[in-house]
Amino acid sequence: MSLDVAIARKVYRRDADEVVALDDLRFLVPPGQLACVVGPSGCGKTTLLQIIAGLDRAFEGRVRRPEGKRLGMVFQTPRLMPWLSVRDNVRLALDPSPTREGRAEELLREMQLGPSLDAFPAQLSGGQQRRVALARAFVNDPDLLLLDEPFQSLDAPTAQHLRELLLALWARKRPTILFVTHDLREALSLGDRVLFLSRGPGRVVLDLPLDLPRPRSPDGAAVEAARKRLLESYPDLLRGLAASSAEESAA
Amino acid sequence: MPSVRHGDLWLRLLSAVTLVVVWEVAAALAASPLLPGPTAVARALAKLVGGGPLPLDLAITMWRVAASFTLAMVAGTAFGILMGHSARADSFLDLWLVLGLSLPALVIIYLCYIWGGLSEAAAIVAVALNKVPNTAVTLREGARAIDQQLLQVADVLELSPGRRLRQVYLPQLYPYFMAATRSGLSLIWKIVLVAEAVGRSNGVGFRLSIYFSTFDITNILAYTVSFVAVVLAVEGWGVRPLERRLTRWRA
Repeated sequence: MSLDVAIARKVYRRDADEVVALDDLRFLVPPGQLACVVGPSGCGKTTLLQIIAGLDRAFEGRVRRPEGKRLGMVFQTPRLMPWLSVRDNVRLALDPSPTREGRAEELLREMQLGPSLDAFPAQLSGGQQRRVALARAFVNDPDLLLLDEPFQSLDAPTAQHLRELLLALWARKRPTILFVTHDLREALSLGDRVLFLSRGPGRVVLDLPLDLPRPRSPDGAAVEAARKRLLESYPDLLRGLAASSAEESAA
Repeated sequence: MPSVRHGDLWLRLLSAVTLVVVWEVAAALAASPLLPGPTAVARALAKLVGGGPLPLDLAITMWRVAASFTLAMVAGTAFGILMGHSARADSFLDLWLVLGLSLPALVIIYLCYIWGGLSEAAAIVAVALNKVPNTAVTLREGARAIDQQLLQVADVLELSPGRRLRQVYLPQLYPYFMAATRSGLSLIWKIVLVAEAVGRSNGVGFRLSIYFSTFDITNILAYTVSFVAVVLAVEGWGVRPLERRLTRWRA
């Protein structure tokens, strides 16, 4: 079963003001697809993920998630429990059962975190912390994985390494993935498909299927060509985007 | 303590020796029963410990400390968490808290004895009541500082209420809990003796009031020394190791 999103409206109330965050946002992601969501900052990307994850239920419309299936989520910041070791942070996602014993350690070793199993998050680098967050999201074999700008504010090689790791994990179990980013190159280098959201209130303004051959690199020729084509065909669509990523890296 | 540097240790030792020497010299100069020297006090202490009432008195006082401490921590934590999470409860109970914080300890002790009789329960409640507001204020701060983002992680992972409490919620309160423990103990050490002097017929406080009425300074100091030794032992071997264990992830 697919992920079926049909949000009619999502409104935030700030004092007397009403801010419409999402407006008539609809899309469907078939099982196993890696869909990227791109939009300028403030277009409601994070709100969208919170609604899909069930963290925010105050909206009009409906979201159908694959029923009874496992959800994994990676937030903008790693959100690890500082008082739990790396191992226990990942085990937090596992139901305590003997069949899953050792699963967390196995995955962490695969992700080159073997030497840090008993370290606390504060002792890790930013890139390592994000790897742990990724491991926590993957350890229970989720059927749906939501990622909210997970590799933001990392240096380029570290971010690219983590992207490759994500793709490797995805290739193995084929969960449905919704990857939110404001970085067009990142979206083009990862997705089977890119959904473009408008400046707030967010709506899907372009649904772009991608069949570039893998592996791709965000700085590779294929991605660059796709990006150029897009910019030529939809100059208005992406104007806000370029400006917004500059704003965010300044902030 | 293990963290004390070597040179520091000698300085501390020297400080203790100086204190005893100054005391001894002052006592010799005064040559009065109102200022007995350390040797006289040590002799009295030996007599009180071997076959005297001191061990039993100390044990009884420690039991009262433990009982009222536990009571105060449980009640104070419950109120604090309630007030930290509910603005209504906070508005309603805030006045009580301010009153409780400013009521003199002796008034609470008198009232408890008058309304509850000169009983063990009244003594323990009186001591506990002195500490509840203090604990509630500290834990209220803790509850207000709870990180909603980490609770969202618990939601996404669909943790059971027990695991959510033990691994995500309570660890955030531990630093506040330890702060309340430290300040609470130092308060209780002082107040419990007053409560005993006013309305009990055993315990360190009661014994001190008897010696006071006969101007028996030697025995007062002997009791004081033994009580202080117990206080330091509990804080050094009980509270600090516990604190280190609960907050070692901060290293």
